Amino acid sequence: MSSTALSQFSIPFLMGNSLNAWSEALAGFYLFGLPLGLVIIAAIPLVFIALYSLTYGVYGERKISAFMQDRLGPMEVGKWGILQTIADILKLLQKEDIVPTSADKFLFVVGPGILFVGSFLAFAVLPFSPAFIGANLNVGLFYAIGIVAIEVVGILAAGWGSNNKWSLYGAVRSVAQIVSYEIPAAIALLCGAMMAGTLDMQKINILQSGSYGFAHFYLFHSPIAWLPFLIYFIASLAEVNRAPFDIPEAESELVAGYFTEYTGMKFAVIFLAEYGSMFMVSAIISIVFLGGWNSPLPNIGSVALNDWTNGPVWGAFWIITKGFFFIFVQMWLRWTLPRLRVDQLMYLCWKVLTPFAFISFVLTAIWEICIP
Amino acid sequence: MSNPTYTVIFYLFAAITVCSAAFVVFTRNVIYSAFSLLFTFFGAAALYVFLSADFIAVTQVVVYVGGILVLLLFGVMFTNSIMKVQKSEVINIIPGTLLLVGMIGAMLYTFYTTHGWMPSETLLQGSIVERIGFETMSRYVLPFEMVSILLLAALIGAAFLARFDKSSK
Repeated sequence: MSSTALSQFSIPFLMGNSLNAWSEALAGFYLFGLPLGLVIIAAIPLVFIALYSLTYGVYGERKISAFMQDRLGPMEVGKWGILQTIADILKLLQKEDIVPTSADKFLFVVGPGILFVGSFLAFAVLPFSPAFIGANLNVGLFYAIGIVAIEVVGILAAGWGSNNKWSLYGAVRSVAQIVSYEIPAAIALLCGAMMAGTLDMQKINILQSGSYGFAHFYLFHSPIAWLPFLIYFIASLAEVNRAPFDIPEAESELVAGYFTEYTGMKFAVIFLAEYGSMFMVSAIISIVFLGGWNSPLPNIGSVALNDWTNGPVWGAFWIITKGFFFIFVQMWLRWTLPRLRVDQLMYLCWKVLTPFAFISFVLTAIWEICIP
Repeated sequence: MSNPTYTVIFYLFAAITVCSAAFVVFTRNVIYSAFSLLFTFFGAAALYVFLSADFIAVTQVVVYVGGILVLLLFGVMFTNSIMKVQKSEVINIIPGTLLLVGMIGAMLYTFYTTHGWMPSETLLQGSIVERIGFETMSRYVLPFEMVSILLLAALIGAAFLARFDKSSK
């Protein structure tokens, strides 16, 4: 699908090439004489993602962990416990909202907010289908890598504001981990960006589309691409504090890490942010290496599977399926691998992943120059 | 710029930047001022977006929020007595006010007397990122390489200083 074919699916105001063009077009939208364009459009993916994260994320985690440990998991509420998460939400809403007396009131309250906003900011540049992308920035990938920084500040605010040694240790560990693992993650994604020759998320997807389906994905372009793919996947696990890199919330050492003191909806918000981040990194890895909204099915002769399964709605289906697949792998790993020690964590980042990321960077550059 | 929403959003971000910057200066709690810097940097990044400098805006967030602010927060968190700030006995209101008025006056004077913004003759075509990459690797390649050597030297120096000293034991 070329970029000219793309525009006919698209609503005009979603196709701005820069942040300016987008906000300018949105600013023209008035409701009851009030300029509400920005509020309404921004809310659409957020509502969807929040619903997904709470219900399917939590339910999936519980069910997968149960199956891996040969249990049944939640079975009481609804068929196969499918309504369990809704019961959980109702319970969390009723819980008393406790703010510890010795906590720093302001930072304690504002911390989960910053964390939540930071983890959902990157969703603005994720292309959910050929016709749906929040902001089609020409620096989209760079923005998605960089905006995680705000989440870090939220974690520090929550951990320090709790005025609890476990929380502070959890926050410091978490921040050290995220800041360290950003380096191999960014270099690995840069390999993908180098193969595409652009940082525009939508263009990266368009460049990976073609009639042979999965054969056009960057993962299958060169054998070298597997290296940055694996490096980014490992580093992204650390960035979202998932096992085996969950030392910030290591239950056996730190109770619950930086959110030890949180109750009720504040706890739910932190949890939601974690599931949001999980989907975000899964979507980024599938966009850069696995074609994002492109169908993996190839055209076989007259059976044009690729043409039938591509389009705006199919695009959303494929990217969400790919995202769910990586979330499943994350959960699978969580219930399989033991936790790393702090020194092992830093060893892995600085002495294994970073050098290999540089090697893959150089190899990708050579491959791109030598093999057209 | 004529669009009212556009103007409203601009003033919103300008207000966030200025108010949080004022909070950084005036609050007595060091940790609050460090956290307030987040909003200042964020607002500054938003103002870059208004200048169509998307790349610089994202770089601002990556470098200042992801690097400098986190380092600053770590530094502040490991300082003693954050809450109990000792008030200074010496309060120089009159010289301070004079200095403030003088500096603001000088800046406003320069701002009004010099020429306004000078828009470039040729408009930028295409992607900013490609342009930045092209310029860095062609016209500004020597400064770019020099800065990278400087940063490498700083990194080695920092690693050397932080290294565990074997001879002392």
